[in-house]
Amino acid sequence: MKVTFLDFESPIADLEDKIEQLRNVHCDAELDIADEIKQLSQKSANLTKDIYAKLTPWQISKVSRHPQRPYTLDYIEHLFTDFEELHGDRSFADDKAIIGGLARFNGQSVMVIGHQKGRDTKEKIMRNFGMPRPEGYRKAMRLMRLAEKFGIPIMTFVDTPGAYPGVGAEERGQSEAIGRNLYEMSELRVPIICTIIGEGGSGGALAIAVGDAMLMLQYGTYSVISPEGCASILWKSADMAPEAAETLGITATRLKSLGIVDKIISEPLGGAHRDYELTMQNVKKALQDALKTIEEKPVANMMQDRFNRLMSYGKFKEVEVS
Amino acid sequence: MSWFQKLLPPKIKRRLGETKKTVPEGLWSKCPSCQTVIYHSDLEKNRGVCLKCSHHHRVPARTRLDWLLDEEGRFEIGAEVLPVDTLKFKDSRKYSERLVAAKHSTDEDDALVVMQGNIHGVPVVVAVFEFSFMGGSMGSVVGERFVRGVQVALGQQCPFICFAASGGARMQEGLLSLMQMAKTCAALTQLSEEKLPFFSVLTDPTMGGVSASFAFMGDVVIAEPGALIGFAGARVIQQTVRETLPEGFQRAEFLLEKGAIDMIVDRREMRDQLATLITLLTRKPAVAQAVAA
Repeated sequence: MKVTFLDFESPIADLEDKIEQLRNVHCDAELDIADEIKQLSQKSANLTKDIYAKLTPWQISKVSRHPQRPYTLDYIEHLFTDFEELHGDRSFADDKAIIGGLARFNGQSVMVIGHQKGRDTKEKIMRNFGMPRPEGYRKAMRLMRLAEKFGIPIMTFVDTPGAYPGVGAEERGQSEAIGRNLYEMSELRVPIICTIIGEGGSGGALAIAVGDAMLMLQYGTYSVISPEGCASILWKSADMAPEAAETLGITATRLKSLGIVDKIISEPLGGAHRDYELTMQNVKKALQDALKTIEEKPVANMMQDRFNRLMSYGKFKEVEVS
Repeated sequence: MSWFQKLLPPKIKRRLGETKKTVPEGLWSKCPSCQTVIYHSDLEKNRGVCLKCSHHHRVPARTRLDWLLDEEGRFEIGAEVLPVDTLKFKDSRKYSERLVAAKHSTDEDDALVVMQGNIHGVPVVVAVFEFSFMGGSMGSVVGERFVRGVQVALGQQCPFICFAASGGARMQEGLLSLMQMAKTCAALTQLSEEKLPFFSVLTDPTMGGVSASFAFMGDVVIAEPGALIGFAGARVIQQTVRETLPEGFQRAEFLLEKGAIDMIVDRREMRDQLATLITLLTRKPAVAQAVAA
């Protein structure tokens, strides 16, 4: 697969182009070319390292939305076996922006639920660009209740621009569907591990991200509003998105310092899409560790810890009131 | 200060100031719905409901609490919790400055006022959003005061009521504000365990992160007539779907039609209706009898 480069990666793209051209050259001096390619590849890697060492939040946001970034189905394929997709909310439809089903993780039964974006235009439309309607959230809740009934841990993968803002979604209770998930996920009596794999778009992300462990990929983002949305409201111009991304604090490191994210999963050089295998290894390790830690606790303690975590969210000061 | 005020002798200046404080919106109000100009005091006597077209005007949180609760036995909850600017958030203006300005214009420290009190002698805890404070947006203080209100309701074994009026989550607190959605919902599960009712009253407007969290988790969900209630704003939806929105879209009446809420209650009936609902749900005698007992 040819890597798609983002705007700020254009120096890397140029180098890679050069390497590609050299590879296609057939001449006598094979050895020299191989050497040249090796040098240039090293240069490209160094350049990538330099650029990625100082990514701005806005650039990270672009990496999190990279069209080749691994999506939920990629994680399912690499990390789980025996995936049995379960469809539908039993009331209205099967929302393809959220997929879910039973699977094995290291042989153990788990319920996997995640947002799913599409790769090509056709699939993007089918998946509604990963923006769920109420049915999606209700399907997710139905599957989570099923998991609870049979004592099966839940793993969620978050990657959405947000819940779908449409007429039908409003008519069928988008608000209620999201609120219901927040409410019920806080009291499900099985372990819930949430991983932000790409874009964590506001309430649409949170609706499957309440649990016992919050993992986040290094170049994932999680925000109350998209940088563009924030910029157009507060600055009256979407062009100010880079500034909004900066001030909103949407990156993994920032969210870990705020106590919202527990663990940052490191990504390969140049982002998760540059090396699926390594990404999968890192995510697998983090999921294993998180599941082990949670499963060691008695259920009552797990529930208490989850509740305490939810209650601890927020920063404020307290004063004496006369 | 206008050139006219500068010319006034100090005594009259002070008078002007005082008048402004007791009647913040002036002597007259214009109904945004039917354009009728109404005496402010008449409007207030009518619970902020237009005398001509019954449009429910937005009202300050404390005014609403005053209308709702018995005069005796009111205690404020969570006033000790105050906002901080954790992210050092800055857009065209600093968040810290916005907070100061909001406090100045509303006399509140944040967008939620919580009180313990009684409705016709029935003990309750009531949380009311102050929409004039940064659009009633929910940040850390709103979430924490909400939770403290729920805790008092648990302690007193009484129902919890929330009047929502909010544009959604407070962007200036970043993801911390989003987390308040999960926090408030989780707190409500405790009420449920104790079989204590939660009444959610949706007033104009109830949108975004407030709508998509506790607002629809009420054991009974009530809306005021004409209130705008929804997840996404009309402008955002219109940009996405590129079609005209249906008549009355996201209004309380529309939600009732779609099965999203239990009932629409006129503000002038709210106190009595809530008392009836509470006593019915908690299997207590009707209010008049409860007071006599």
